[in-house]
Amino acid sequence: MSNVLVIVEQAGGKPKKATLAGITFGQQVAQKGGGQLHLLIVGPGAAAAANEVAGYGAAKTYVVEGGAFENYLVEAYTPAVQAAAKACNATMIAGAATSTTKDLLPRVAARLDAAMASDVTAVIDAKTFKRPMWAGNVTATVELTSNVKVCSVRVAEFDAPAQGGAATAAEKLDVAVDAGGMKAKFVGRKEVKSTRPDATTADIVVSGGRGVKSAEGFKIVEQLADTLGAGIGASRAICDAGWVPNDLQIGQTGKIVAPNLYIALGISGAIQHLAGMKSSKTIVAINKDPEAPIFTVADYGLVADIATAVPELIEKIKQSR
Amino acid sequence: MKVLVTVKRVEDYEVKIKVKPDGSGIVTDQMKYVVNPFDEIAVEEALRVRDASGSGEVVVATIGVADAQQQLRTALAMGADRGVHVLADGAVDPMMAAKAFKKVIEAEKPDLVILGKQAVDDDQGQVGAMLAELLGWGQGTFASKEESLESDAEKSKQPALKIANGRCDVVREVDGGLETLSLAMPCIITTELRLNLPRYASLPGIMKAKKKPVQEMKLAELVQDASARVKVVKLEPPKERKAGIKVPDVATLFDKLHNEAKVI
Repeated sequence: MSNVLVIVEQAGGKPKKATLAGITFGQQVAQKGGGQLHLLIVGPGAAAAANEVAGYGAAKTYVVEGGAFENYLVEAYTPAVQAAAKACNATMIAGAATSTTKDLLPRVAARLDAAMASDVTAVIDAKTFKRPMWAGNVTATVELTSNVKVCSVRVAEFDAPAQGGAATAAEKLDVAVDAGGMKAKFVGRKEVKSTRPDATTADIVVSGGRGVKSAEGFKIVEQLADTLGAGIGASRAICDAGWVPNDLQIGQTGKIVAPNLYIALGISGAIQHLAGMKSSKTIVAINKDPEAPIFTVADYGLVADIATAVPELIEKIKQSR
Repeated sequence: MKVLVTVKRVEDYEVKIKVKPDGSGIVTDQMKYVVNPFDEIAVEEALRVRDASGSGEVVVATIGVADAQQQLRTALAMGADRGVHVLADGAVDPMMAAKAFKKVIEAEKPDLVILGKQAVDDDQGQVGAMLAELLGWGQGTFASKEESLESDAEKSKQPALKIANGRCDVVREVDGGLETLSLAMPCIITTELRLNLPRYASLPGIMKAKKKPVQEMKLAELVQDASARVKVVKLEPPKERKAGIKVPDVATLFDKLHNEAKVI
């Protein structure tokens, strides 16, 4: 019997959409390993968020609330995961790969002396998984041979979880955290406010690279995105240059996206960028350079200057409505 | 300030990696090896922290085959003071690496440990946080800074990590923005791409690096039960995308997207 514990992230009582991929993974592992799925939600609003995930067939949702969990700190969240894993006798602990779980899950793995697989893209059985290596140029099948196992899950590779079964009951879990004894103190957060959908879960993503020429030039990317109700992304080069916020970066070391439609504007398509978007269903590339590697993965390529082609495309889209 | 920094020998990330036909590994004939790019950033930050503090040393540690000494020498040529080479021939998974580095750190007693956030071969990204847990230290993963890599702040070569009164303030890249943590030292830092632009090794630096001391030890001496529990069963190339088409103009592009792919 191998029970599964999945960490569901939430904000203000709502589960984050990207983290639902972790539930899908958990359903698959529980089914293949003959175990039960359990969920864990931490932080203020966790109880409300638990109601929102009650329809996914989990045996129980553990809820951890309290002042120590207001801002995410790994030293507070690690004992919360440990307590929930113990309560449900979990041999698999998982969560969608986000900046939080990439910080948290390896620490949990070390505490429980577990082997871990990052960015899992497919479940073979309860201990064997597929995951990308070398910037997605290789797909590895890995087996975790430790008793307790930990996985982070690539959001773009797992569909939304199936609904079904009796409503999941929430159970409050008391986790004592010595806030004064923690080595890290939260100082502050600078959020990039956006009304656009998050690129990791958006249906359409419009992305810009060096071809936009400047911070000002990136507006053309935003205009096409807003015409389509799309999320936005960027190549590493223009994040490094400071033209756009870092968290827009798509690639091996940034966000991994797989929308229905990915539109690359003025992006040459380095291997590291392709690693972050080549699972997209339809890829469009507009670039002045006919030799740009992005064209090797594009379903539809247009050799053109984005400064003239994009406004024309926006016009066509508007006319069609 | 004594800073310990880790480097890993990885395949050149500019090279397209190919899988052997039997799936047992990757093709390594004529392969060029480099320092993991995130680790170069870690070395750069360690050097800046040492130099800003006015004293101390940078110790660079690696785990790997005998030839990984080349990557240690690269870090020494950049300006690190001495090296520690944990010799390992077989597969090393992230927990094994963390357990070995823990032993090295307990012997070296640095004030600060900086690692790359992930190695670009296995792309696991686990060792830093595992090491922090094993040591019971605080962790600042994905260290970055508010200023861009083309800013004056970067050109001044000042460390991005703010160290004062036994604490290290670190700006972290997180989904949706930046977050600042204050960590009691010693602590673990892992580097994001935008922490700094690493320097190149100078020719005098390369000459000096040849004489810098490197201590060697064996992985089995540091980690009991040294066998990987992340077992790579097989490797395969990813599914290739079908080659697409080039369209002559915006009108055709719109027509294809609207009527053929039906995505807009």
